[in-house]
Amino acid sequence: MSSRLDVRIVPRAFLVLPGLAVVAWIAYKGSQDAQIFWIVTLNGLTLAALFFVVAAGFTLIFGLMRVVNMAHGSLYLLAGYIAFTLQGSWYGVSGNLLSGTPATVTSWVVPMIIAIIVIGAAGVLMQQVFLRWNQGQDLRQALITIAISVILADQMVAHFGGIAESIQQPATWPDSVSLLGVRYGFFRLVVVVGAALAIGAVLFLVIKRTRFGMIIRAGVDDRSMVSALGVNIQLVFAGAFFIGALLAGLAGVLGGTMIAVQPGNDSAFLLDSLIVVIIGGMGSLGGAAIGSIALGLVNSYADVYLKFGGTDLTNYAILLTFVLVVAVLAVRPLGLFGRPA
Amino acid sequence: MSVAAPPSTPLIDSIRSRRIRITQLVAVGALVLFLAGAPSVVDSFTLAQILTKALWLGIAAASLIFLSSYGGMISLGQTGIYAVAGFTMANLVHAAGGKHLGWDPLAATAVGIVVATAFGLLCGAIAARSYGIYFLMITLAISVIVFYFFAQVTVLSGYGGIRSVTMPAVIGNPITDPIPLYYTALLASVLVYVGIRYLARTPFGLALQGIRDDPARMQALGYNVPLHRALAFGVGAFIASIAGILSVWYTTQISPGGINVAQTINILVIAVIGGLYRLEGAWIGAIVFSTIDNYSRVWMPNVGDWLGPDRFETVIGVIFLVIVLASPGGLVGIWEGLWGRRRRRRSPEESSGIPTKGAVDDAVDHPAAV
Repeated sequence: MSSRLDVRIVPRAFLVLPGLAVVAWIAYKGSQDAQIFWIVTLNGLTLAALFFVVAAGFTLIFGLMRVVNMAHGSLYLLAGYIAFTLQGSWYGVSGNLLSGTPATVTSWVVPMIIAIIVIGAAGVLMQQVFLRWNQGQDLRQALITIAISVILADQMVAHFGGIAESIQQPATWPDSVSLLGVRYGFFRLVVVVGAALAIGAVLFLVIKRTRFGMIIRAGVDDRSMVSALGVNIQLVFAGAFFIGALLAGLAGVLGGTMIAVQPGNDSAFLLDSLIVVIIGGMGSLGGAAIGSIALGLVNSYADVYLKFGGTDLTNYAILLTFVLVVAVLAVRPLGLFGRPA
Repeated sequence: MSVAAPPSTPLIDSIRSRRIRITQLVAVGALVLFLAGAPSVVDSFTLAQILTKALWLGIAAASLIFLSSYGGMISLGQTGIYAVAGFTMANLVHAAGGKHLGWDPLAATAVGIVVATAFGLLCGAIAARSYGIYFLMITLAISVIVFYFFAQVTVLSGYGGIRSVTMPAVIGNPITDPIPLYYTALLASVLVYVGIRYLARTPFGLALQGIRDDPARMQALGYNVPLHRALAFGVGAFIASIAGILSVWYTTQISPGGINVAQTINILVIAVIGGLYRLEGAWIGAIVFSTIDNYSRVWMPNVGDWLGPDRFETVIGVIFLVIVLASPGGLVGIWEGLWGRRRRRRSPEESSGIPTKGAVDDAVDHPAAV
């Protein structure tokens, strides 16, 4: 055994010590008021669930095709607008308590399904028209998707306006549920977290257990070999892009119901997806899950616990996200589960 | 094919290359004359809204093109860095909003540039070990985080931003008299251009270009690759911070709305329109951008909800898309492609050794990604 000190232990110690201090601080603040602690934790976890649904599609597309889809946030927002518009024009649902009809399960589910299928198709269209013939030029593909996101963002402002709207959840669903002695929003806790868990499980099973998943895994490792074995890799790519865009669309409807549909959400959720996959490692589903939880918890704890005595530092919460990214990249430049391309 | 092509002898070659050099000299001379005399040729609206704006946007884009053409790093962090310079300066001088500490504007400018460069070095240290698409994403995250930081921290800015920033005496009031700011921006642009061209020939610049082409080999030769890339990012940050200061002087205010993702992408669009791999492209892209920015808001006809005077972003997005799809070398790439073809037609031998569109395409298609 070498007795030399590994030099990397120094930066790691610099990361571990503040990390322990942060955990201790949260534990100390949490023990003062357990109820608030649980609510804040649930806020973080439900936000993480939404991040996971967005980032899963993003990381799936990247993992297979090395395409960084910078229009992912635009697809997210567009799905929200489609579902919102359909809910209003087909079912007359609106958030206005006096004149609007409350939403039913049908008038929430049908717009959602249509929105996500339209978005999935839009994703495939984008891939076939603009990206397919640029395969392997990852930077150029990123620039193309940036251009598409610029156009989509402007067109969405033109067609849907700049006001924050929200998709109405079915009135028959309860407003809140009890968990661990606190009452918490039903939609956030049951629907969004349930959707994230279901998607995580289905994606995991599909990727690990089915032939399609096997092809995807093989395609991630060696595209040309898979193609040489007689698999129609272009069809697989189109399928993966459909699923990836569809997940962005689903997240858009969930987020549009849980938070709001408004301009700026596209870049906000693109950033969230980026941070999640930078932390978790591009192309890794498990990494997306860990990254989402890390980002969600950091966001929600920082919003509440960044108060030291009389000094309120919650305005600086965004800096903790930065610190989180820096800390992960300092130790693992490709993210926690990232592998070199 | 080219029957008429005369034989290539050293003498003819030297005459021919001299002819090109003379053409270039005449073109550069005309450009210098126009830029120096612009305030007396164009009206003050055009001077401020198109030329001055193009000059400072060009510096911001030049910081991006410096990193991409010499370092092989496409950075979306330049907006975040120039925002740090602008906000630092605006907080230090007397202004409405922010800390309004009442410093001397020139001292505040120096501190703003130093702070932004230091921030750039920190970001460079973080991002230097990442390549290609990872680098792009990390730097985009940096820009967006800077945006949220200034939007949320009300003591330093908040959503309203900082208004009525005190100008240095040499600038005066850029609203009533745009000429001093124009010359300042012109001088800064020339210094940035010459500085980058000089830096590219220093040992550091050559090592950086070696790292762009083959990081693994440079590492094997004993160069500290992450350090060189981080330092290059610091240089890029210094250039970007000059643009940040000029942007505050140009609008006399700075707010988070001016440094959001849209602006980050605008800087990228300018660089791509001009040409990601040619320094001149920065200002060419910027002049195209600011011209479209001004005139599309006046002349664009309404086409349903799809197009109209307010749909500037759509127009710029479509142009961006077309350029990326058709000519990754941007307008400079198209220009060089035409020149290369004409020269090839005249004499096939001469085309060798001249960087043609193919070389530029190659650089885009195979960026120094690992």
